Amino acid sequence: MILAYLILILLAGSLLALLTGRKGNLWPRVISVAAVSLDLVLLIIFSSSVSGTDGKWLMDLQLEWIPRFGISLHLALDGLSLVMVLLTLFLGIISVVISWKEINSRVGFFHFNLLLILAGIIGVFLSLDLFLFYFFWEMMLVPMYFMIGIWGHENRTAASYKFFLYTQASGLLMFIAILALVFVHESTSGTLTFDYVQLLGLEMPAAKELLIMSGFLAAFLVKLPVVPLHNWLPDAHSQAPTAGSVILAALLLKTGAYGLIRFVVPLFPSASAAFAPVGMGLGVIGILYGAKLAFAQTDLKRLVAYTSVSHMGFVILGVFAFNVIAYQGVVMQMIAHAISTGALFILAGQLYERIHTRDMDQMGGLWEKTPVMGAIGMIFSLASLGLPGLANFVAELLTLLGTFKASVLMASLACLGLVAATIYSLRIVQKVFFGKMNHEWEIADLNLREKIVSAVLVVLVVALGLFPRPVLNLAGPAIIKTLDSHPAQLTGLPDSGKSAGNGKTASFNQLSGMFKKH
Amino acid sequence: MTIADLYSMMPLIVIAMAPVVMMIVISILRNYEVIYGFSVLAFIVAFASLFFTGSFLPRSIEPLLIVDVYSLFFLGIIIASALLVTILSHDYIGTLGGVKEEYFLTLFTSTLGASLLAVAGHFVIFFLGLELLSVSLYILVAFQRSKDTSVEAGIKYLLLASVSSAFLLFGMALIYTGTGTMQFAGVASLLKGSDAIAGFVSVGFSMMMVGIGFKLALVPFHMWTPDVYQGAPAPVSAYIATVSKGAVMAVLIRFFFDIRGYDSRFFFVVISALAILSMFIGNLLALKQQNIKRLLAYSSIANMGYLLVLLLTGTDKGIQAAVFYLISYFVTTIGAFGVITLLSISREETEKIDDYRGLFWTRPWAALVLTLSMLSLAGIPFTAGFIAKFYLILEGMKAGLMLLIIVMIINSVIGLYYYLRVITSMFTPGDDAGLPAISLNGNMALVLITLGILILGIYPGWLINIITRLVSL
Repeated sequence: MILAYLILILLAGSLLALLTGRKGNLWPRVISVAAVSLDLVLLIIFSSSVSGTDGKWLMDLQLEWIPRFGISLHLALDGLSLVMVLLTLFLGIISVVISWKEINSRVGFFHFNLLLILAGIIGVFLSLDLFLFYFFWEMMLVPMYFMIGIWGHENRTAASYKFFLYTQASGLLMFIAILALVFVHESTSGTLTFDYVQLLGLEMPAAKELLIMSGFLAAFLVKLPVVPLHNWLPDAHSQAPTAGSVILAALLLKTGAYGLIRFVVPLFPSASAAFAPVGMGLGVIGILYGAKLAFAQTDLKRLVAYTSVSHMGFVILGVFAFNVIAYQGVVMQMIAHAISTGALFILAGQLYERIHTRDMDQMGGLWEKTPVMGAIGMIFSLASLGLPGLANFVAELLTLLGTFKASVLMASLACLGLVAATIYSLRIVQKVFFGKMNHEWEIADLNLREKIVSAVLVVLVVALGLFPRPVLNLAGPAIIKTLDSHPAQLTGLPDSGKSAGNGKTASFNQLSGMFKKH
Repeated sequence: MTIADLYSMMPLIVIAMAPVVMMIVISILRNYEVIYGFSVLAFIVAFASLFFTGSFLPRSIEPLLIVDVYSLFFLGIIIASALLVTILSHDYIGTLGGVKEEYFLTLFTSTLGASLLAVAGHFVIFFLGLELLSVSLYILVAFQRSKDTSVEAGIKYLLLASVSSAFLLFGMALIYTGTGTMQFAGVASLLKGSDAIAGFVSVGFSMMMVGIGFKLALVPFHMWTPDVYQGAPAPVSAYIATVSKGAVMAVLIRFFFDIRGYDSRFFFVVISALAILSMFIGNLLALKQQNIKRLLAYSSIANMGYLLVLLLTGTDKGIQAAVFYLISYFVTTIGAFGVITLLSISREETEKIDDYRGLFWTRPWAALVLTLSMLSLAGIPFTAGFIAKFYLILEGMKAGLMLLIIVMIINSVIGLYYYLRVITSMFTPGDDAGLPAISLNGNMALVLITLGILILGIYPGWLINIITRLVSL
């Protein structure tokens, strides 16, 4: 039941925040922090009490919902979803705290939306019923649209429409694909069900499998985003309020990546294997194109938004490399990107609060005025470019290692992305904090609240950079299980040329060992 | 005719008796509150009598009526919607000048017409019901005699409805010529026999589709819709969008399934074309509307297009999905028009989308209901519309209607844009344009509607179970 409570607590919190919003601005904030913290505490307590390193679900909950269609409230937690939910709750708290001073109008409604988005995201990470999954997938949209549309910057209306239409349109394609999958299953087994576990291992003709998979891909690749479909992202990210940008970049994009690992790869093994070259190609294009566009921006938030496109390229690259190392890299990348990009958006928000512009040409030489902020900015820019010792390095290294085994060409091309990342990341530091002062800004450095937020993020990005093992151990079994029966594993990728199961466990142990030595 | 037949017609009898009693009461004592209270009571009694009737079903009262669970469901939907419209009308009509008690009376006669359509098993009842419905609607649409647009809308509706009735009659006559019977079942059984009859029925049904298409506002018979919706008093627009369309849908589904129209290639193409046109034209024309009543008019055109898809499934499951879709669409539409109605009391109607600027902050409760309605129309989770669309797509895909479903998906995305426009304008800062306060009565109706939208959206299992257990043709 704990899994349902996680979502219910957030829903209750959101209603409470909405209602107390009339009483004053403090109430909704406190309630939001309390609700998310309660979730976090509950999750930590309960997940540490169960052990499930053998790749089974750590927790599993199935309740009847619409039995007529074989739809149930099926929530389950494994290592992968646990990592993602922890990340969500952690960044949830951060989002409330950073909005403490930024959001001063309609505070109750703001936190209502914020908690609703978090509930939707957690629902996505926990759902094992495809209908329920789609339900949560869509549930995130409306509150996010409100968040961008009401508290956003100057072009908020257009950005909120764009965000909504892109995600809704692609989501509907996934919906059709879900139904098609369910019907194929019904025609072979005779039962109508939306349950993930039952739908696994469904045999179907290759063409059909590819078609159905493309529906899922549409939704996930738009969300991720992958390059020709990324158009909504820079607008939504740059127009959203800081908390919105953080949630978008750090969490919403991850639902796309999670969807690929949880649904596309296991449900469509052969089609996803066939799609792999295209997928990796899209990844490389994303990495390079995103980096190029990031370099061309003068709007700080847009720049960070495009770095997301570039970083998410690594995710799709890794996903379609189909080996444990790459998948470990992908999971690390999701977390590292969430922290570093989230931190950069927070930084952009803090700057905007102080000088009311996101234009980097107006900035420059701010280090003198705000050394702490400058240092934080420096650290996360370095994280973003993949400096060893920080989490992003581990992520990119693992992804590239895994990719190298699958395709030397793709890995080599993706490496170019690291060079590009260096250029655009250093450009942030150069244009904002160094160089000559373009304006005489009279601004204050970070206050205590902001310092604490930044410090927590810094500690995390360093800690995960030096000791990534906890995350790898947590997500490992789930990943191995995902890849266990995947055809790409069996068709002679160098990673697992040997026999099936042992090969992967071996490579996983090898990998763990690699980090033990450090 | 046995006593059981009479019992099975209980709801109809109640609805038919009510206006008679009202006429007598009005002639003795003209009191708005009394008449209003009586209407609410009569609708509740009529609704309650449905449960009583349930034990006598199915029953066919030869040769005119068929009272089965299917028709009972539609009667329930019709009566419940009429009741909601009545409650919403109270304050709106109450503040108009002149005599206004007849409003409720006319609401009953039109509901009687709609109910007849739900139980029609014969062309005579079909036509009688439709005319009763239409004639009452002429009056209701033009009820605000002092308002030019209202009178204009009434006349437009009168002229076009008459033309469409002529088509309908001609179609019926052609089918009668071919088959020699006016009973649905009779037509169906003769149809299997010969090609000549099939020819008559094809042409006849196409003619009938003109009339039906007019009532359902299917493209290309939709021209009247935006003007009438705009000109009519807001609660009447709600009534046209729901009760009138639902009743016609009920008889269309019954007749279409009786003659197994979905098996005929010709009908299949005709209905598909109407559906696709209605979806595209309805949604595309809605995009640029500045008037929320016109916007809802175009949205209703599109929604009827979606519903036609289910006509082609040719299965009981398709009908069940249609019933669920109608219930959800009714609740939602009445919700949207309900807010418009309640915010238009004793002032010029609040019908421009810009009038709703800042509603989120000045009237959070009304804004919430309108937002939920819009989200439900757009088919977003947590609302009835989401489950309804899911159900529709599920059955449509199962029946292999991929093309129509894809068109529908494309249209859902187009539709999203204008529903969002309404919501966006509600949270765009604006000044309080002196909107009226909402009475307890109105709030009660809004609470019911909100609960309906949310319950059907979050926990629809029970209703789907009831529908799948009971509804079939």
